[in-house]
Amino acid sequence: MTASAAPNAPSNMAAAAFPPNWPKRFAWAALTIYAVYAISVLDIDFERIVRGMDNARRLFARMFPPNLQADKLALIRDGMIESIQIAILATFVGVALSMPIGLAAARNLSPVGLAWAARGLIAILRSFHPVIVAILFVKAVGFGVLAGILALVVSTIGFVSKLFAEVVEEISAKQVEAVRATGAGFGHVLMFGVFPQVMARFVGLAVYQLDSNLRNSTMVGIVGGGGIGAPLFTAYQRFDYDVVLTILLIIIGIIMLMEVVSSRVRQIFQ
Amino acid sequence: MTTRGDPKIWLRFTPAERIGRSMVYIIAAIAVVWSARTIEIIPEFLYDAPQQTADLFQRMWPFDIKYWPFVWKTLVETFHIATLGTILAIMMALPLAFLAARNFTSNAMLRWTAQFIFVSSRSVNSLIWALLFVAIFGPGAVAGVLSIAVRSIGFVGKLFGEALEEAQAGPIEALTATGASKPAILIKGYWPQTEPAFWSIALLRWDINIRESAVLGLVGAGGIGVALDAALNNLYWDQVGLILATILAVVVITEIVTSSIRSRII
Repeated sequence: MTASAAPNAPSNMAAAAFPPNWPKRFAWAALTIYAVYAISVLDIDFERIVRGMDNARRLFARMFPPNLQADKLALIRDGMIESIQIAILATFVGVALSMPIGLAAARNLSPVGLAWAARGLIAILRSFHPVIVAILFVKAVGFGVLAGILALVVSTIGFVSKLFAEVVEEISAKQVEAVRATGAGFGHVLMFGVFPQVMARFVGLAVYQLDSNLRNSTMVGIVGGGGIGAPLFTAYQRFDYDVVLTILLIIIGIIMLMEVVSSRVRQIFQ
Repeated sequence: MTTRGDPKIWLRFTPAERIGRSMVYIIAAIAVVWSARTIEIIPEFLYDAPQQTADLFQRMWPFDIKYWPFVWKTLVETFHIATLGTILAIMMALPLAFLAARNFTSNAMLRWTAQFIFVSSRSVNSLIWALLFVAIFGPGAVAGVLSIAVRSIGFVGKLFGEALEEAQAGPIEALTATGASKPAILIKGYWPQTEPAFWSIALLRWDINIRESAVLGLVGAGGIGVALDAALNNLYWDQVGLILATILAVVVITEIVTSSIRSRII
């Protein structure tokens, strides 16, 4: 349907309702060509997928029913508790450190030099995946939960202080000036001018990060950082797929529970 | 003295709010104390941590340049895994996002199914998805692409579903009134309104996926992680250093590229 079909409209004056956008079409074509090229480079072929489907059927057959033997469950419970503890401690330490670092990185409160230094630190902490950080900490402090906690502290600071700095930069200056006008010192300005404006968002970030740390704490065990990751990895290597399924179901269950809890907490601090 | 009852005292929170907040603080404190007390930290390992760290960095430098051809090959593979995985994830997540959007799907059952798929996809980490797909398709990039794709469905679907719910009803009603077909309403009614959100979600996820696909090789799912795993197993820290420097450079470049594309098209 084009606009030229409309009565009383001279066809040469009417623009098409939806003119073609050639650069965009070209970009879509390029993306498609890239996808085909990448598929051919990675030799993803049909035969392999079919063979995979066959494997998948066998794998799922071995997964069911999930393994609920008492000794396995005890092992999984210990691993899961350790993962939860790693997540809690990493969130606590990381969030506690993120508060000063985030304030230092907020350009409306801190001096320019300090703000850039804090931003640089945050950028470095953010650049590596938690698993890679965990590998380095395993080398530095040995196998175990401490390496996992430290790795997640790094990623917590990277995420929470970056977003906290952005939240602080968005606050209204009026309240800060009002508190300052009463002759309050810097600590009081923070306490009564800044924190009331940002506390709800900060708690939201902390709760979100607890969620995310819980997900990641199931993974640092694969490289020796403690938690449920180690039993999970072992179960895969021994082809105990029924144990794998039990662990996966428990992880999904706990994370869903965590999402409910965190949305409750966010409501309370609304 | 006035006799008109108690003076009103301004309180920021209602009693219920205060109780709720105190409860959260108390539970948080208990959780931290419980975790700190039961977790076992071996102090002997801590004493030599500074030496170990210094040793680590000494062994990393100078980088083993001879390893570079292999690093470059796996780096290209990482790029393909992240990009293909993102494309695949978007293709699977878009229909689900429409199912999850309240203004598009009225059937609550369908909406919950879509939400459930999103939550499952996000709950399981990409490395754990990778373990599963390595078991199915064998070691290699196929497992990597699929784990990136499956892990990203939840993220892309949830955010794009929310963008769809924010779409204005006006243009859609106008198109419906002209008698436009369902696909035409999708392409000319919903798509123009959600396109900026779509590109920002896709870029954000691609950026995340570049980082994530760098570690998939640790469990055999292809990419630069394969090189990292080999170097770590051999304790060739000079190769590890080279790989970490490469990943750092790639992350910085991706960040620059995505932010420049974002400022140009959004």
